Amino acid sequence: MPDALALTPTRLILIAAFLLCGVVAPLAAPAYQTQLTELLLFIVFALAWDLVGGQMGYNSFGNVLFVGVGMYVCAIVQVGLFYNVGLYTEARGGGTEFIFDESQFLIGLAVGLPGAALVSALIAWLLGSLVLTMRGHYFAICTLGLGIAAGQVAAGIPWIGAGSGMLTPNPPDSLGDVGLLLYYLSLGLAVTCALTFAWLLSTRFGLALNAIRDDEDKAEAMGLNTHAAKVTAWVIAAAFLGVAGALYGNLVRFIDPINTAFAGATIGVWMILMALLGGRGTLLGPIVGAIVFQVTKELFWTYMLGWQRVALGVLIVLVAVFFPYGIVGFFRDRFKDKGRPAEEAP
Amino acid sequence: MTALLELTDVTKTFGGVVANDAISLSVKQGTIVGLIGPNGSGKTTLFNAITGVIPIDSGSIRFGGREISELLPGDIARIGIIRTFQQPRIYRAISARANMLVSASIRTVPFARLFHRAEPEAEERAVELLDFVGLAAKQDELAGDLSFGQQKLLELAMALINEPEMLLLDEPTAGINPVLIDSLIDRLKTANRERGLTLLVIEHNMPVIMGLAEQIYCLAHGRLLAHGAPDHVKSDARVLEAYLGAA
Repeated sequence: MPDALALTPTRLILIAAFLLCGVVAPLAAPAYQTQLTELLLFIVFALAWDLVGGQMGYNSFGNVLFVGVGMYVCAIVQVGLFYNVGLYTEARGGGTEFIFDESQFLIGLAVGLPGAALVSALIAWLLGSLVLTMRGHYFAICTLGLGIAAGQVAAGIPWIGAGSGMLTPNPPDSLGDVGLLLYYLSLGLAVTCALTFAWLLSTRFGLALNAIRDDEDKAEAMGLNTHAAKVTAWVIAAAFLGVAGALYGNLVRFIDPINTAFAGATIGVWMILMALLGGRGTLLGPIVGAIVFQVTKELFWTYMLGWQRVALGVLIVLVAVFFPYGIVGFFRDRFKDKGRPAEEAP
Repeated sequence: MTALLELTDVTKTFGGVVANDAISLSVKQGTIVGLIGPNGSGKTTLFNAITGVIPIDSGSIRFGGREISELLPGDIARIGIIRTFQQPRIYRAISARANMLVSASIRTVPFARLFHRAEPEAEERAVELLDFVGLAAKQDELAGDLSFGQQKLLELAMALINEPEMLLLDEPTAGINPVLIDSLIDRLKTANRERGLTLLVIEHNMPVIMGLAEQIYCLAHGRLLAHGAPDHVKSDARVLEAYLGAA
């Protein structure tokens, strides 16, 4: 078996072709620019979920926590650098007082995105030290609670608009198509995320995460600092989720605490579904899963409106029954069986 | 030579069952010590006590002069005690080779060093050790797909590549191809001789343990029945009685 992450010439060509598609796509299909941007962010969501859920075996149902934190932090930075955040949210972001010129908007993003990563990572570090001592169902339920609680907390803070939500800054018209800027920022983030994870999984740290997934007590008994490894993975995932959330907020332009930021019932579930659909515990799986998911989701929403959630539910059941190891897992098993020598060891 | 591992009056009860009753034993640096006894005599419980998996009720466990009975399993591993399990415990969903690479010197490697690929020397050693236990051809297979015996051998190889100060082996030859047992014993003796690896071995295979260990402790019903050189223990009436039920 060749190294699953080795850069063979075929793979390099495939990656290059993929990147080229990514660069050209919004220009070739401008009508789908928003959906494509969303897809790129979904890829990041799915990859980040899978690092902890698939590679490390800690099924988190609360990753929306970091998405929402990133979303709010970025928006607060974008506004707060130039205006009083409380007054801005009170005025519902409108009016003539809260105009962002080109440089203000760009500086806001430039500071807000890393800020989102930092704060999300910091919160992951603080929470991780407690939450990651739990395992299995306890961890899953605890993270589920964290995501829901975060939404309720955000909905109770008037400074960030409380239950009425918060608008991200209005981009100035002079900046042209900000959607395109968001697309390329998302593309950059998705590529950075995939490359970072490819590197992580090629190191012994990646193996350590797998070891924790397969037998955490054994790993600890071998002297691996499992706690440090778990917290590190969780923090890295949170940083990417935070930036993705920040971009998502700017894409949607309106941050509702429960339906956009800490949207456990949609994005929170979707990111898990995408990872499972593509194949958890693989690098390619979450990417493939996100693409398939986004395409089917858009089709359902377009052609089966009213029934879209039913259709999505059916999809989940079909995946669970026919592709228990996801699309990538399914094809890997097929290939493996073909490549396997006929005779078996006695 | 000083005692590397020193147990004094270690007692562990589960409810009314006394699993270990005031066990005292000592393992000198660089020696191989055997631990025998009928099933249920408390051998594995003693291993669990030494490695910190279960807290002991009373007594003292010292490793290199340091009291370790209050330490957590990870800390005990990091100061040098590594064990294998009766039921092999390996990382099922990664390859046999990956199992080796993740185990290589893992107890001493600084955390930041994990963010590198495995060193070529570690790769070499991994393949060499896998080859030794007869798993070189299976190195790319998922560890969970290996047979029971192969998993046991893999686990032993993982323990060896981790380079512990002291290795606790829980029935290393159970379920192993008899042809392989002799070379396995040779390998353990070599590691003991050349690296000064100290071994404490639970074993039911009497010829194996008699040939391997310099000192043998025999437990029965949680009590220490006898200890001494293999020949001495072998001829001890109480040991024979414990095993055969009659003297």
